[in-house]
Order: sequence, then structure tokens, then C-alpha cells
Amino acid sequence: MRHHLVLRVVSKLLIPFIILYGLYVQFHGDFSPGGGFQAGVIVAAAIILYALIFGTERAKQVFKPQALMVLAPVGVMIFALVGYYAMAMGGAYLDYDWLAGDDTTGQHIGIITVEFGVGLTVTAVMTLIFLAYAGRTHEIDDDDW
Amino acid sequence: MSTLSAALPHLPILQVVVPLISAPICFLLQRAGLAWAFSTLVSWLAFATSVMLLRAVMADGTIHYEIGGWAAPWGIEYVIDAANAIVLVIVSGIGAAVSSYAPRSVLAEIPASQRGLYYTAYLLCLAGLLGVTITGDAFNVFVFLEITSLSSYVLVAAGAGLDRRALTAAYNYLVMGTVGATFFVIGVGLLYMVTGTLNIADLHERVPPLLDNRTVHVAFAFIVVGLGLKLALFPLHTWLPNAYTYAPSTGTAFLAATSTKVSVYVLLRFLFGVFAPTSGLMALTMDYVLLPLAVIGMMAATVAAIYQYNLKRLLAYSSVAQLGYMVLGFAYGSVDGLTAAVLHLFNHALMKGALFLALGCVMLRVGDVTMHGVRGLGRQMPWTMAAFVAGGLSLIGVPLTVGFISKWYLVGAALEDGRWWIAALILASSLLAVIYVWKVVEAAYLREPPAGRTVREAPLSMLVPTWILVLANIWFGVDAELTVSVARTAAMGLLGVAP
Repeated sequence: MRHHLVLRVVSKLLIPFIILYGLYVQFHGDFSPGGGFQAGVIVAAAIILYALIFGTERAKQVFKPQALMVLAPVGVMIFALVGYYAMAMGGAYLDYDWLAGDDTTGQHIGIITVEFGVGLTVTAVMTLIFLAYAGRTHEIDDDDW
Repeated sequence: MSTLSAALPHLPILQVVVPLISAPICFLLQRAGLAWAFSTLVSWLAFATSVMLLRAVMADGTIHYEIGGWAAPWGIEYVIDAANAIVLVIVSGIGAAVSSYAPRSVLAEIPASQRGLYYTAYLLCLAGLLGVTITGDAFNVFVFLEITSLSSYVLVAAGAGLDRRALTAAYNYLVMGTVGATFFVIGVGLLYMVTGTLNIADLHERVPPLLDNRTVHVAFAFIVVGLGLKLALFPLHTWLPNAYTYAPSTGTAFLAATSTKVSVYVLLRFLFGVFAPTSGLMALTMDYVLLPLAVIGMMAATVAAIYQYNLKRLLAYSSVAQLGYMVLGFAYGSVDGLTAAVLHLFNHALMKGALFLALGCVMLRVGDVTMHGVRGLGRQMPWTMAAFVAGGLSLIGVPLTVGFISKWYLVGAALEDGRWWIAALILASSLLAVIYVWKVVEAAYLREPPAGRTVREAPLSMLVPTWILVLANIWFGVDAELTVSVARTAAMGLLGVAP
């Protein structure tokens, strides 16, 4: 990839903004279209772009598959724990009204936290799927079947 | 005790979210032993929850739970009545039995690196199945159906350590399952287009007046075909024999006893709980599509089972035939027919669970579940083969087993409608089942074992869960009071008939 100067420069320029846009989508999930899933895909797209230009090996040094494998279930657990917390506070499962003093603040806190969990999981899983496919080194032998 | 009583009103959601959150925790545990212990604990908790729910439903009637505090029909609500309470019990009960049985079998059949993941997939599948069953929201059914399906493809593919054909079986299942789920969601989408609601109870009020609407007809067709694929209704069953044959023993036992049953339940719920059962198109579909397919399926699959050499495949074909009985039961459209269908749904899960667990024991000790592999096992593994024979007798419908109760009610419902030829075919199909069960008995008890093979009886950790299911077959076959009363309440609830 050393000779693809344009690709390297342009992608280096773009990647921070892609991630920033992902964060924007992430944190506006509670009062505008968007949220964790879309944000997760956007951030993962930035990581995948990096891996395409600079190689999966370098991408793996930054985004370690082992760490991503932990982040994916942790995101799901954040989502579920918000539900349990609301239940412990006396409401129904995922009833955000119980997360804070007044209902509106509770809804904001609930949605932001849940969307954060979703974003974490989606980023991790999208990246892992890409790395798993890109990391395949050999074709399946005929006698493997 | 105070935490328990505080948790009581939340039982409907805990039924689903406890297994659901356990799946990522199980994934993080990594070590197979820990993952197994944890998934077994969760399965038993789910079973206890479902038993409490069934008792509550039978005592006080339908339970509603609004998720997030959003009132139905806008929010998602969980609704539990007799029809899904009994399905919850059977799914979580089989889950508890299979996961207690699992460690030795998984150790032998699945590569070390995949064991923790296998238990994770199992927990996801359990959560999905319970979610499909418990929810009162049509789109939520689809979401959980997808969770179930994706994790069951993984469960099937996990058999690749033993036989690489598990991968093609899982892929085939994936393609057919995805078509089924897509058809289902298209159907639900069309219903939403016409009625503007996704709540099943709300749909039940809005759809019946619109039964001449073309869009509703199309929705009906998509939903019936989509769920037909999921429940392996003949001739949409082609994914099932391979999936059951090549999945690991524990995966087959769990999926065979639960996943198609849950699909049958969803079809029941949509046919009777959304569309009205007596209207023109509906009645025609029952009489001229579902009924003939169920009858052909039960005969053809039974005949196919007779010619099988691999016992897992034999039982898989037998499952297709048994699913025919269930569809037959509700295709009558009467309270008795529906009672028989719900009853058989419960009973068949017990039979197939016991049979596939017995085969898992054979797989562990002999490593070969073909007619050749079981030769002479009657003496070498007496308890395992006795469990298989008891399950087989139940499959045939011998008195004192659950199979007899099912057939009794199915034949009774057929005769009540004056459809004596269906009653005759049910009996004929049972007689054909004698042939394939006898083939196994003959191989196991009357043939000599292959020279030089010495095998020991399966370990107790596997025999005990197998025998618990066998004894359940006999228990509910002798005393069918409980199951019949639940099934009848379920049937009346689905048809909207006052008791």
C-alpha cells in the first residue's frame, strides 16, 4: 500500500470525520433520527476503511479482536442492565421513567445509555465480521469437505 | 423472600430476559465447564419461572405485561394465556433436561474452542424461543423468531466437528429459514398496512371484519407459508432431516423438541388469534390445503422413516410425520381438534426429547447412530436402549404413554367431525410407526453386537435426564388430567369459546 499515496492521505483525512459523524449520530439518538445501530455502522465503516487501506494486520493492532469480542457482549449487557435497573427502581422492564426524578430526564438517560450499548455492540460485531472474513488466508481445500 | 415477591409481577419479562442476558455473560465466561454450569442454572431458573407462570395463568387467567411501561396496543406487551404458558413450560423444561445432560456429550462432539460458544448459542436459542412464545406483538414475534433461527443455525453447524456435512445442512436450513422468516414478516407488514397495528389482540379485533380484503388474503398466504417453512410442514420440510441428522446430539434433542413446536404455536396463534377461523378463505385453506398436506405428510414421512439407516434421520422423518398430526389437529378448527393439537405439541416434545437424548448416549459410547451401530446394544447399554424403546412405544401411541393420549384425542376429534377416513389414516400411520421402531428394537436386541466391540453403559449424568423425560412420557400418559385441562383451556381461549 506504500505507493497509494492519494488513498492514504484521503482516508487519513476522512477517518476522523467519519468517527466524529458516528459520535454525532450516536448522541443524537434520543431526540432525532439515528442512534446506536446507525452510529455503530458508521464507526465500523471508518475502521474497515482503515483496514482496507493500511491492511488488516495494522488494524488488528489497534482494534484487537480479543478486545472487540469482549465489547460486543458488554454492549448487550449495558442494554439489558438498564432494563433491570428500571425494574429494581420499581418500574416495568426498560421503563425509563424510573431512571431519574422526572420522566423526561429519565427517558433521555435511558435512551442514551441503551443506545450506547447498541453502538458498542454494533461497532464491535461489524468490525469482527470484517476482520474474520478479511483474515481468511486460504481457500477451503477440496478434501476439507 | 422479599426479592422473590418483588420479582413476581415481573415474571413474564424475566422469563425472556434472564436467558437473554445470560448469553453474553456465558460468552464472557469462555471456559466450557463454567459456561455449562451457568447455562444449566439459567435453564432451570427459566423452567421454574414458566411453571410459576402456568400456575398463575390456570388460577387467575391471562397475564399482561407492558414493556417499558408503554400501554398496549402502542407498546409491546407480553400476554400469557394457557396456550403459550404450556409451550413455555415445555420449551424451558426440555432446555433444563438437555442442558443438564449436555457436558459429556458436548465434550465428545464439539471441538474445545467452540464449547463455550455452543452454550451461548443454546442460551440465545432458548431466549428466542421463549420470547416468540410469550410476546403479544406480531413484530416482536419476528424479532425473536430471528434470534431463535440464527442461533439454531449455529447449533446445527456446531456438528461440523464430527461431520462436515453439518455445514451444508446448516446453510440449507439458513436459506429455508430465512425465506420462511421473510415471508412471515411480509405477511405481518401487510397486516400492519391494512390495520395500522401490530398488537395481536388488537389485530384480532381489526382483521376479521376485513377478511374480503385482498391485502389480508395475501398477508394470510405469506404468514401460513412462512410459518409452514419454519415448522417443517410437508412439503416444506426438506431442511429438517439433514439439520437434525448432522447437528450435535444435544442440539438435535433441543431443537427437535422445541423449535418446530414453537412455530406450530405461532401458526396456531395467527390462524385463530388474528384471522377468524370460520371465514371463507380461511375455511378453504384449512380444508383443502392444511388438512391434505398434514395427512400426506404424516403418511409420506412415516414411510420415509421406515427406509432410513441413520437413526437420527429416522427420527427426523418421524418428526415431520408428527408435525402432520399437530397441523391435522388444528386444521379441524374445532375445540377438540385444537385440544388434540396442543396436547400433541406437549407430548411430542417429551417423546422426541427422550429419543434424541437416548441417541446422544449411543453417540457418546459407540460413535455411530446407524442401524449398524445399535446392533446388540440392548445388552451392552440396557438403560439407554430401554429409554429408546420406551420413547419409541410412546411415538407409536401404546397405552400408558403420552403418545396414546395424543392419538386418542386426535382420533376422537376426527370421529366427532365424522371424518372417519382421517381416523383410519391416523391409525394406519401409527401402525407404520411400529415398523420403524421395531427395526431399531430388532437391531438392538436380536442381533449380535459387531465382533470385538465392548462398550459401557452411558454415564449417569446423561442417563438421568434421559430417564426423567422417559418417565415424564409415562407420567403424563397415565395421568393426563393436567395436560388435557391446560390444552382444553388453551383451545377454548384460542377459539374464543367461553368455558
